[in-house]
Amino acid sequence: MSINNGQFPRELEDEAIYIFREVVSQFERPVLLFSGGKDSITLVRLAQKAFHPGKIPFPLLHVDTGHNFPETIAFRDALVQELGLELIVHYVQDAIDQKIVSEETGKYASRNALQTVTLLSAIEAHKFDACIGGARRDEEKARAKERIFSVRDDFGQWDAKRQRPELFDMLNGRINVGENVRVFPISNWTEIDVWNYIKEEELAIPSIYYAHDREIFERDGMIWPDSQFINKTSDEQVLTKKVRFRTVGDMTCTAAVESEADHIDDVIKEILSATISERGARMDDRRSEAAMEKRKNDGYF
Amino acid sequence: MQQFRKGVPEWTIADLKLQWKKERTMAISRNKSVLRIATAGSVDDGKSTLIGRLLYDTNSIETDKLLAIEESSRRKGLDYTDLSLLTDGLVAEREQGITIDVAHIYFSTPSRKFIIADTPGHIEYTRNMVTGASNADLSIVLVDARNGMVEQTYRHLYIAKLLKVPKIVVCVNKMDLVAYSQERFNEIVKDFHTVLDHEEFENVSVDFIPVSSLYGENIASRSNQMEWYLGDVLLTTLEAVDAQQSTDDLPARFPVQHVIRPKSDEFHDYRGYAGRVASGDFRVGDEVSVLPSGLRSKIKSLEKFDGKLNAVSASESVVLRLEDDIDVSRGDMIVKDDLPTGIKQLSADVCWMDSEPLFAGKGYRLQHGINQTRVKVSAISHKLNTSTFDKEIGVSALELNDIGKVSLKLAKPIFADSYAKNRDNGAFILIDEATNNTVGVGFVD
Repeated sequence: MSINNGQFPRELEDEAIYIFREVVSQFERPVLLFSGGKDSITLVRLAQKAFHPGKIPFPLLHVDTGHNFPETIAFRDALVQELGLELIVHYVQDAIDQKIVSEETGKYASRNALQTVTLLSAIEAHKFDACIGGARRDEEKARAKERIFSVRDDFGQWDAKRQRPELFDMLNGRINVGENVRVFPISNWTEIDVWNYIKEEELAIPSIYYAHDREIFERDGMIWPDSQFINKTSDEQVLTKKVRFRTVGDMTCTAAVESEADHIDDVIKEILSATISERGARMDDRRSEAAMEKRKNDGYF
Repeated sequence: MQQFRKGVPEWTIADLKLQWKKERTMAISRNKSVLRIATAGSVDDGKSTLIGRLLYDTNSIETDKLLAIEESSRRKGLDYTDLSLLTDGLVAEREQGITIDVAHIYFSTPSRKFIIADTPGHIEYTRNMVTGASNADLSIVLVDARNGMVEQTYRHLYIAKLLKVPKIVVCVNKMDLVAYSQERFNEIVKDFHTVLDHEEFENVSVDFIPVSSLYGENIASRSNQMEWYLGDVLLTTLEAVDAQQSTDDLPARFPVQHVIRPKSDEFHDYRGYAGRVASGDFRVGDEVSVLPSGLRSKIKSLEKFDGKLNAVSASESVVLRLEDDIDVSRGDMIVKDDLPTGIKQLSADVCWMDSEPLFAGKGYRLQHGINQTRVKVSAISHKLNTSTFDKEIGVSALELNDIGKVSLKLAKPIFADSYAKNRDNGAFILIDEATNNTVGVGFVD
């Protein structure tokens, strides 16, 4: 493979690699938060590049809600196998069984909010001091305010008003015992940057990103994937449609879009002409105007 | 705050949808560069409106986001769409209608990708303005055409100068409220020149553009209300400005971030120095020195995941390998030509960012690039009045948002260049060892 200068601005890759190397140098127990989505797949490639020809010097952590798309889990396991990575999985179901959290009920029940508790207990159990995540500032307005090294207190909380100034490219990772840092190497990338990168790097991604026939039903003007995890009402009819997903979250909170795009070039074309934002199809963000900020305050990544 | 009122016809979703597909489909071109912009301006100068207009006119606001802010504007009882809700993302910001912290906003045109750091106008958040400006290639300074220069304008100009932001664009906004008067515009430009003619601003390039963010005059398209203005509109200026500051003349600096030693069967004896070129360029075969040891060697190879390279330039992340097996570790700096000397005592302009003041005798941790060392403040020689640029002598402390000249004594040497000569190797931050917070930023004399 050669270094090319395509549509993707390579200076963003250089910046991300720099950030990865700072994490490994400044922290003792970093971990990469891996969801199996396109952003975390991009992070894995960047980590490979940062430490090549050495191995990626930290494990991957997946907070498994049990409501994932089966394609994503299959992809996750194949990627870990192929690259010889260490994968740690923590299950939301365990927290439910231990009665630490309780399952939401009703038509819109989702385990999205419960993830935070499992994430925080995984951080505590493994004493992770830096959690690398694939969040981008263009995704959502609370994320637009995020630093690259974002300090969280011992409760995992984000305090937007007390963020450390971050100047030039000097990253200050000094923390007190119990605190941890969330690190966002692709903060300055946009959705289209990620797609152009996936194309130029020829990265494999889960099949649900490409158009495929799927059983769906319509609710609130959105296309929901049918699954055993969702509480459908009697008037909600299941149909088969050709759809794809723009983001990958739980089957209970990720809406699909009707699409014919079954190749990366078509996906890029479709995104360039889309009039709805990436997270416009995320039920978890639509719960309230401050949904993301609230989750971040609670310790979400 | 100036907002988009009902009856301003350009700002409708129907329009947006029409424009969208037409212009955005081929929005990304090849070989584009990224231009990093910081905005500055006083509280009601209309920064959010200007950014909203830039996003709108480049078709960068998705329908659902526009619908969402229309809905929350309605809920707040406003009879217009408050576009500041696009950038003021925190609950506290929306409650108070002000910007507290830097928001990063992204948009593209066929020729370039833009990152805007939208910084707060309030005086008490000046440190966040410095944060936003520190990575900027260009600073947009806004003034209200009715008020002209105000205290914050002086401060922002000074900060842009202090940080050596290569280009400043002054947008004289709300021209619609001064009847698009050329005389008023000229008056303001003249006022600016009384400041910019000051020797401190000698090498700063400044453009002036009369605009109305509300009506989109001279933002993305030429105003027919101001035919007297013959310069470029804002968007054209942003697209044309040279973002890649020439670093050819700068000395080559490579801070070692991480030593790569795989010790695998395949790479048993491999030893590579991973880092990002701070300034200048490196080529295979170049003679280099390693600081602080001063040991010399030659570059054997420059490597990336994708393959080997003959040369690398500033801001590229790479692995550098040397011909000799010498001791190099994180924090060392590989340099060629014009070797920096190790500094154990320095004088610097410092912008203070913490509510606990800086005072002489106090110790901090200094971070220069990736390197940290303990420092002690030996003296504060003066504090700057950012409205008059006068130097106040005999101050005992720098308070939050103060800028002053400080002498520091370092526990171990750093290899910094003067900030005036080398923007990429001349800045540092100060960290409070008790709280671990970043409390100040400094620029080496």
